[in-house]
Amino acid sequence: METPAGKGDSGIAGWLADRMPANGLMFVVAIVAIVLAAVLGTPAGVVVGVFLVAAAAIVPTSRRREKAQIAARALEKTSLGGLSPQNLAEAVGDPLVIFDRQGATVHANAAARKAFGDLPAGMSLLLKFRAPELQDLIQSVLTGQAGEKAVDYVERVPLERVYRVVGASVGEQTGLFLLTFRDQSEARRVDRMRADFIANASHELRTPLASISGFIETLRGPARNDAKARDQFLQIMQDQTARMARLIDDLLSLSRLEMKALPPAGRPVDLQAVVEAVLDALTPLARESGVEVKRDFGHERMQVAGDRDELFQVFENLLENACKYGQSGGRLIVSIRPSASVPGEAEVAVTDFGPGIPAEHIPRITERFYRVDVETSRSRKGTGLGLAIVKHILTRHHSRLSIRSEPGKGATFTAHLPTVRRRN
Amino acid sequence: MPQDHIVRAYDEELKYLSRRVAAMGGQAERLVDRAVTALVKSDMRLAAEVIKDDAVLDDAQRDIDEKAIVLIARRQPLADDLREIIGAIRISADLERVGDLGKNLAKRVAPVSEVRQPVSLFRGLQGLSELALTQLKDVLDIYATRAIGRIALTRDRDGEIDAMYTSLFRELLTYMMEDPRNISPCTHLLFCAKNIERIGDHATNIVETIHYMVTGEVMPPEREKTDTSHKVVAEVPARS
Repeated sequence: METPAGKGDSGIAGWLADRMPANGLMFVVAIVAIVLAAVLGTPAGVVVGVFLVAAAAIVPTSRRREKAQIAARALEKTSLGGLSPQNLAEAVGDPLVIFDRQGATVHANAAARKAFGDLPAGMSLLLKFRAPELQDLIQSVLTGQAGEKAVDYVERVPLERVYRVVGASVGEQTGLFLLTFRDQSEARRVDRMRADFIANASHELRTPLASISGFIETLRGPARNDAKARDQFLQIMQDQTARMARLIDDLLSLSRLEMKALPPAGRPVDLQAVVEAVLDALTPLARESGVEVKRDFGHERMQVAGDRDELFQVFENLLENACKYGQSGGRLIVSIRPSASVPGEAEVAVTDFGPGIPAEHIPRITERFYRVDVETSRSRKGTGLGLAIVKHILTRHHSRLSIRSEPGKGATFTAHLPTVRRRN
Repeated sequence: MPQDHIVRAYDEELKYLSRRVAAMGGQAERLVDRAVTALVKSDMRLAAEVIKDDAVLDDAQRDIDEKAIVLIARRQPLADDLREIIGAIRISADLERVGDLGKNLAKRVAPVSEVRQPVSLFRGLQGLSELALTQLKDVLDIYATRAIGRIALTRDRDGEIDAMYTSLFRELLTYMMEDPRNISPCTHLLFCAKNIERIGDHATNIVETIHYMVTGEVMPPEREKTDTSHKVVAEVPARS
């Protein structure tokens, strides 16, 4: 620990002045020894004298350290106007967990509870943070092997998160220890996004590009003077460029979502209001597709914590899909109700009565660019990213998507969202 | 968690057991994660490391077994405590199997990466392993908190894993039918998918053990299995 006193000193004079009062006696003895040795002519005396001078220079440093420790202890006891350790921990933006000698949680701040779920007092940290490097970190902090130690901790599922975790003991002799987590997922995500975007974009844009360049070649060659063919080809080329534009929009939207950290707890979002807004926005599409939309909203208004715009995108994508692929059924049912099996969960279900989805495709349709039927998807202006976006947003909201379908009878897409209790 | 005992050393021994199980769980999670990464990225060096690290799990299981037996012999536990110990033995056995399956995945990295596989196949495999790893993480979190209310969710996910596996099975069959040169790597991938699916099954076993540890009752019977891969047949195109 650096003491503030050390900073003001400069030069030998200051250095001596700093040490003299504390060890004046030793200096005097040392000088007397040197003088005596010089007078008597014994080399041993000189050695003893030099040794004593050196000791005089070193000893005060340790004494200063002691003083600093006393000062630090006094500072620990200073109260800051009724500030409690809990308040302080709560106010810290990074996840922070205080634990005792047994490795049991004493206090976890709000950021930690948000990032890792509930951490009730008394719960063993070694049970919760099982990654080998964190186990090592906690053990070494508990045994006091290292004063302060840091490791990188990567959590893969359900969302990739990277933390720099620092473990340290709290104060002196308090028997308390501390883990702080600094979120470094952002940098990791930017890297990943760049690589993914380039890979996906180059792969998916190649097909429409190849088709456009093929038509241009034909237009300049064999079909040069064929007005009918020219019109038809230009139409196809226009469709393809529109598809490329949509693809880029969707890819950007997905990348942007992946970049963002977890959504802020923010204000609760009223589910029914969001779904109504989506239905209003999609009225033209529903009319165009000849689909009648039936609302089945319960009496209970339910609210979820999250980002309104992102949730809007979820329901927009689900309803758009239902209009596009369930067109032949002629109607849709949108329902909002509390979950029957999991308390505190809301279910928003979109049911269509179209051809349905074959069972083998259901588990995989949320994968990027996975298409049940490439031709149908292309003709309906699908990019293969809509459900990937839905799934990603729901995961970010600690929610999930379930899909039930019976071929020939239609499909139901259900978003399961944890609700927040209304405060009023 | 069991109540406090008059003999404090007994508490400490029981706590040691559950800490050891959790640590073992963390190692198993990491092992599977690294094995799948090695597979997707064709990283032979990582695969070799994974194969070596499986020994850590074997040691952990042996240690837990020994400690459990000593506990039973010396303390003659009853009720909660006995279930806690039996649970630790069972869970460590499941985790050890998870480690073996991870090791087996790593062993298949070399034959799979001989031929470049389509990206969509690895996306599917990654999706499957994400599901299985989430399942394992949730289950071990339940072990830490004993919040058996969350068990219903893990059962749902078990169904998802089975459905995903069936879908991958079908996709692999089509690749093999397209080109006989795919048969060897795709067969290995099929085993990889099966191994990952088995990891999910072990996670489900652990949930059942936790339910038994907490309530003393066997979990109510499971809904019917959604793994229908045994019904999948390849339709051989008629020769013209």
